[in-house]
Amino acid sequence: MPSETIALSSPIGDTVKTTTCYMCACRCGIRVHLKEGRLRYIEGNPDHPINRGVLCGKGSAGIMQHYSPARLRAPLLRVGERGAGEFKEIGWDEALALAGGWLGEIRRTDPRKLAFFTGRDQSQALTGLWAKEFGTPNFAAHGGFCSVNMAAAGLYSVGGSFWEFGEPDWEHTKLFLLFGVAEDHDSNPIKIGLSKLKERGVRIISINPVRTGYSAIADEWIGLRPGTDGLFILSLIHLLLAAEVADLAFLARYTNAGWLVLRDPAGPSDGLFARDEAGQPLVWDHRTDAPLAASHPEAAPRLAGEVRLADGSRAVPAFQLLAERCLDPAYTPEAVAERCGVAPERIRRLAAEIAAAAAEPVLLAEPWTDTTGRRHATMPGRPVAMHAMRGISAHSNGFHTCRALHILQMLLGAIDTPGSWRYKAPYPRPTPPHAPPGGKDARPGHALAAMPLGTPAGPADLMVDESGTPLRIDHAFSWEAPLALHGMLHTVIANAVAADPYPIDTLFLYMANMAWNSSPEPAETSRLLTEKNPATGEYRIPHLIYVDAFFSETVAYADLVLPDTTYLERFDCISLLDRPIGSADGPADAIRQPVLAPDRDVRPFQDVLIDLGARLGLPAFTRDDGSPAFTGYADYIVHHQRKPGIGPLAGWRGDGTDCGRGAPNPHQLERYIENGCFWHHELPPAARYFKYANRDYLEAATALGLLDRPDPITLQLYAEPLQRFRLAGLGHGTVLPPPALRERVVRFHDPLPFWHPPLEQEVAGAEEFPLSAITQRPMPMYHSWGSQNAWLRQILADNYLYMARETAASLGLADGDWVNVISRSGRVSGRLRIMEGVNPKTVWTWNAIGKRAGAWMLAPDAPESRQGFLLNHVIATFLPENQSRRLPSSDPVTGQAAWFDVVVRIEKAAAAMRESEPRAAPLRPPPGLSIPARRLGA
Amino acid sequence: MTSLPAREPGAKKLGLVIDLDTCVGCHACAVSCKQWNDGGHSAPLPDYDPYGARPDGVWFNRIHTYETSGGAAGDGAAGRTVHFPRSCLHCDEPACVTVCPTGASYKRAEDGIVLVNADLCIGCKLCSWACPYGAREFDEDERVMKKCTLCIDRIYNETIPESERVPACVATCPAHARHFGDLGDPTSAVSKLVQSRGGFDLMPEMGYRPVNKYLPPRRNACTAAPLAERPALPGSVAERLLSWLDRALSL
Repeated sequence: MPSETIALSSPIGDTVKTTTCYMCACRCGIRVHLKEGRLRYIEGNPDHPINRGVLCGKGSAGIMQHYSPARLRAPLLRVGERGAGEFKEIGWDEALALAGGWLGEIRRTDPRKLAFFTGRDQSQALTGLWAKEFGTPNFAAHGGFCSVNMAAAGLYSVGGSFWEFGEPDWEHTKLFLLFGVAEDHDSNPIKIGLSKLKERGVRIISINPVRTGYSAIADEWIGLRPGTDGLFILSLIHLLLAAEVADLAFLARYTNAGWLVLRDPAGPSDGLFARDEAGQPLVWDHRTDAPLAASHPEAAPRLAGEVRLADGSRAVPAFQLLAERCLDPAYTPEAVAERCGVAPERIRRLAAEIAAAAAEPVLLAEPWTDTTGRRHATMPGRPVAMHAMRGISAHSNGFHTCRALHILQMLLGAIDTPGSWRYKAPYPRPTPPHAPPGGKDARPGHALAAMPLGTPAGPADLMVDESGTPLRIDHAFSWEAPLALHGMLHTVIANAVAADPYPIDTLFLYMANMAWNSSPEPAETSRLLTEKNPATGEYRIPHLIYVDAFFSETVAYADLVLPDTTYLERFDCISLLDRPIGSADGPADAIRQPVLAPDRDVRPFQDVLIDLGARLGLPAFTRDDGSPAFTGYADYIVHHQRKPGIGPLAGWRGDGTDCGRGAPNPHQLERYIENGCFWHHELPPAARYFKYANRDYLEAATALGLLDRPDPITLQLYAEPLQRFRLAGLGHGTVLPPPALRERVVRFHDPLPFWHPPLEQEVAGAEEFPLSAITQRPMPMYHSWGSQNAWLRQILADNYLYMARETAASLGLADGDWVNVISRSGRVSGRLRIMEGVNPKTVWTWNAIGKRAGAWMLAPDAPESRQGFLLNHVIATFLPENQSRRLPSSDPVTGQAAWFDVVVRIEKAAAAMRESEPRAAPLRPPPGLSIPARRLGA
Repeated sequence: MTSLPAREPGAKKLGLVIDLDTCVGCHACAVSCKQWNDGGHSAPLPDYDPYGARPDGVWFNRIHTYETSGGAAGDGAAGRTVHFPRSCLHCDEPACVTVCPTGASYKRAEDGIVLVNADLCIGCKLCSWACPYGAREFDEDERVMKKCTLCIDRIYNETIPESERVPACVATCPAHARHFGDLGDPTSAVSKLVQSRGGFDLMPEMGYRPVNKYLPPRRNACTAAPLAERPALPGSVAERLLSWLDRALSL
């Protein structure tokens, strides 16, 4: 027999440390094994509430991220023209003095001239505070081009949202619907959840134009056309209402379905809620046949029928308005089928299936008490769960589509009930939310009174001047996008170059690859970054500071590059003040700790920001004597207090026994590290459902500092804030949209959901551009970070344009053909691949594979740049100009970049084509970086 | 040529059960495998041209994606996308072992794991020609054949917690589509899973009797009765609603 000695019990490494992954946005707990100071193995932390020991392909490839040759190694100062990639390395003292000089001058003269925007950042509680303290309203992260439609529609409807603020009840649901979810966002929790559903034999239905990833394992795939989800959902609601399927008790008790809406045609109060003298919305109580405050514990609202109030005004319950909207013949299955690309009988069958699942409630034998003090012996729930994401979000009709989905949930009684979709703590929050965005008070040398991002309740909260002109560089919270809760990063560069509404001095970007895959029309965006004012010879955007850990495409356009560490070299916090990782069973937060010391002259961005804050004398970052308030981010995480007793981390406060509220604990980080770098607080079982009306939950959440008051939260079937904007569009009130925008404001600010064609389709024309074009996230990758990874690019290094077989046949195209993808605004060329599982009126490709030659320290002939392509080249930033006004190609309510609106035609490319187009000149690597022949690390 | 060990009926046969019904094709198993084994018994797992035009390397586990037609070509909705993870199946009758001229390829008597002794391997690649599953991976740097070890340095590793002594691909799989155990024991959890779910052999006609099993994709059909739509009543929506609400209240 052959003999071989096998070391069966070699220790994995010599050191193991826990921390939090950052290979995508999931924030899984990981254990990092080190051997002789090198990374050896990264695995999921079995104790962690997010991933429970599993880890995706991205997380396992963290080693190659850390050892990437594209990692920057020192601060860089531009020495040539912008975009030429000519830099010299400088020290941090010089870099910070330079940045501090530019920023100090701006703050002293006009703080609005700083535009500070971050990309896929997870420290927005810090960056937002920094912007507020600096005094600029021009701050946001990347949500405006990612998922603000989901966030805004959710916050204004249910006080939570899909993904980060909610999750399906995987344990109890009996029917699961996925809308527009490819492989991204909440990846491990969804995979874990799907496997639980599979074990229980629960039907999974995926509604998505493309059948990949999760759709592949669904029991049913409904490949509808992009941008028609809203039509499809409203048709489901139409069928359910026509069949008299709705949880009327749920609607009456927990939603504003019974609130009376004034009928005052052409009057200033039309469509607003009827209110009592205390300002409380009214319902019509059917027992007393009289009006009653909606908040009255005994209120039994009527859900239909016009009433006349004491002052003579007429009103109807919101539910009736919704029913009138949805029972409109425009939403019958026959009326929507062709647009959606789904047969009427399929829509009917799905409605029947939803109704059947909802008709068999899950009953948990868990007594609970509601906010009126009523004791309930059990928790009954409607076991229909839903999850939705990018496919809903990335359209100009995404806000209303997401609202429609939340209303479908409300009609079913399927919100935070057993078996349905559940809030993750700290949600739900009061809805509609109301925190006016800060920034109207911007003035030299001063902080803002409020955070730049907020949640407007009406025209008075908008960031506009008397003429209706935007006050922010991205036009967020203006009449172009009143509920732009996450800002509009995708418009910043074009607006700044056009000095619309004013010129800026410095664009300060963190981790946002705006010269490439994070922008529509990246070639134009890159050109704008190099555009000069011919009168002065100065760049239109005079200073560009860019922070990134890697040599991404945007580095070449920076004047000053501040190199970040990797996620394995720094402290971070995943905070309840920011984008939390709580679960439906209780709040959670987490930290990252350094598992390795940097081997180069790089610094954690958050440390740099805090350092700059002190140099600039920003109040929150400076002591009274002018010295720095914090030694760095770790110190800030522990000692910063947003309100007394509430800081970035909720665990182990005070003497280590407090949670939620408590004095700063100098040993807090040690306690987190002892616990695997996370904190998770389990709510008692009686507090885990019906959180909007669950007394135990609301009191516990208030005690923890998640809520200010334990008041019940009423779900907003009818969104009154939208009506306030609409009334302004109709000329009511004192804050009015500019005349040219009034019709648009009236059309889109509907307090009830409706469907309109994606705006790009309205302007482009179906005959000339018959196909929708979208991207999907490759499951093992996260943006351009993932596709540069030495291991992950062995899985996927270039991308094809995928098309349905019948569509290819009708166009005379064959598998492997080079094709031109042409939209009204641009062209991109790549190779075609034919498949079955795609909507016939849709083409798609993988997201963020295509790279600019030379970037990311990939060889100039790497497939990512030779054959790979970015769909971004055919996506427009703006709609065609109308009445000399430029409007973003975005959702008109939220400003969400409408990536998936784009429509195209496909033509066979010239026979000689061998490389993807457009092709930009290869980027030159910064000093000291080179492409190694062999793989680094491990 | 290399002989196989004498193995009693019922002898331990460690292997994997891979659920094609649940695999979402995320490549978590493949990358975790790469990571573990790059520092494990068969280390390293080299990469060739990792930042260049033809990135490639040694992987013990690779995921392929296929579309199966539901009947006619173009019948997109009726078809299915299947993600198919592929690695060594640790066959009972492994041709890759019997074909080996040096005894480098061998099957362990104690648990049935098929391994390569790199010290004896001459890099002739006969085993990779013999394996119909494409499970062998040649290390161009060391000129030796490598393959899935079933994480032999994890599953017996006394320095890691007992509950984690499973192959890296199994431990990491987010969709819980991979199961590890003794397929020689008909009472083991994996054997029962194979039995209850109709687990099958890949290419049984080849006669290599793979130990690893695959569970077939399945599809739950909708059994809901059609929605009983109300006859379209005359009158406005408000009147219809009032009628509905009155009936609901009187229940």
